[in-house]
Amino acid sequence: MTTEYRKPLPNPAHWPASKPFWEAAKRHELVMPRCRRCDKLFFYPREVCPYCLQSDIDWQQVSGRGRLYSFTVIHQPANAAFLDDVPYIYAMVQLDEGPRMISNLVDIAPAEAKVDMPVVAVFDDVTPEWTLVKFRPA
Amino acid sequence: MRGQTAIIGIGELPTRRTYPGRSMYGLCAEVARIAIADAGLSKGDIDGLVVEGGNTTPASMADYLQIRPTYSVGVSMQGASSTTAVTTAAAAVNAGLCNYALIVMGSARDDRPERAPGSRPPGGGGAGSVGAEFEQPFGPAQGAGTGYALMYRRHMYEYGTTPEQMAKLAVDQRFNALKNPNSAFQGVPITIDDVLNSRYVNEPLHLLECVMPAAGAAACVITSADRARSAPNKPVYILGAGLEQANAQIWETDKITTTPARVSARRAYQMAGYGPRDIQFAQFYDCYTILIAMTVEDAGLAPKGEVGPFYESTDTTYKGTFPINTDGGQISCGQPGLAGGFRHVIEAARQIMGRAGERQVVKNDLCLVNG
Repeated sequence: MTTEYRKPLPNPAHWPASKPFWEAAKRHELVMPRCRRCDKLFFYPREVCPYCLQSDIDWQQVSGRGRLYSFTVIHQPANAAFLDDVPYIYAMVQLDEGPRMISNLVDIAPAEAKVDMPVVAVFDDVTPEWTLVKFRPA
Repeated sequence: MRGQTAIIGIGELPTRRTYPGRSMYGLCAEVARIAIADAGLSKGDIDGLVVEGGNTTPASMADYLQIRPTYSVGVSMQGASSTTAVTTAAAAVNAGLCNYALIVMGSARDDRPERAPGSRPPGGGGAGSVGAEFEQPFGPAQGAGTGYALMYRRHMYEYGTTPEQMAKLAVDQRFNALKNPNSAFQGVPITIDDVLNSRYVNEPLHLLECVMPAAGAAACVITSADRARSAPNKPVYILGAGLEQANAQIWETDKITTTPARVSARRAYQMAGYGPRDIQFAQFYDCYTILIAMTVEDAGLAPKGEVGPFYESTDTTYKGTFPINTDGGQISCGQPGLAGGFRHVIEAARQIMGRAGERQVVKNDLCLVNG
């Protein structure tokens, strides 16, 4: 890490229920919150299950495999820190286990991306403290 | 609520790139004066106030206008603030909470350097929302375009919708805007090739498929049907309304190619006692082409997935068989904040009153408006 990372980082202080997600990402694991009562996974993390509103929640490691549900190729990012990366793929991924996430699809030219293509999680250690879960073609 | 209330006065300031030296409050007060006068009223008659609650408060607006309404509320519904404000005002009048409700919204557009492109906070379910930490690190585009591009791409995948079809939509709206002196794009016609050759903001959204931030303001006055009969304008009766709350985070939406209009339009039709075949023209919220397209489907005006062929075969200009966004919409007028969506309400009322001038539609009794 010789250059300063200037893009936005997650801030679980703002939303503490997600802290285990980011701790797992740092270990290069993808985990999803699971309601012990409903036995359902959900995302984003919450203090309660969005299906039953009970707060009996644990975390389950998932495969990191999924499909590219949809994507957009960004040419004009909202945050100027991303300008060096354009054009890049902003992706919505449907995990095999059900929940959907927003991420980047990497290791592929934007013109090659196709809706429904299989993808798999990769872990990008963007700073010593933070790891982002991204996806590449499977 | 069917037919119990009506819009009796409207006001709109021309949408322009900027109003140098003007404030949102100043623009709102000016357009409020126009709408109140248009209704044949004076300021003292106004006893209800509905404002957009994300950028101002009812107290601040009432202060600026020096009114003390007995019913007052701010709605914070992003693009749907305008139509929600109409429903809220109509319900308040219908419940006897006020007699003459003023709705007013505007934007002076902020030109400070820190709001320059590339540093603008994204809208929609963006920064500050509970899910922001799961999208901001991945670099969304400006405004709400990220989510709409995801819907667009998925719509192309599921139904074969093409950018050419969406470009036709944009071209029809621009044709309408050329007859609208309040548009910021007067005298600038566009072709399908112009749309397709405009640069990408975020694929598949081209620049000419997106709203341009602008300044302006709009206002209207709503009263009971009884009072409306003695007003100077032809009353614009509110026959039905419906709402379904969308998700803030797009990945939480089960089917992203279906909008809340599927539910809200059905509820509005039921209350009104009319169906999609009865609707003569439409004013649909249009921050991006694909949203109008999906609304056309979800409101039952075209079968689901067939909005592309609908636009290929339908003239949606004010001269056409099914006019949509007869003033040019936001995409071809500019978006003065939440007043951008409010203009859809104003244009619907203007057409029904028969005051749309060169772009007046012939069949002007029944309009569907979406926020």
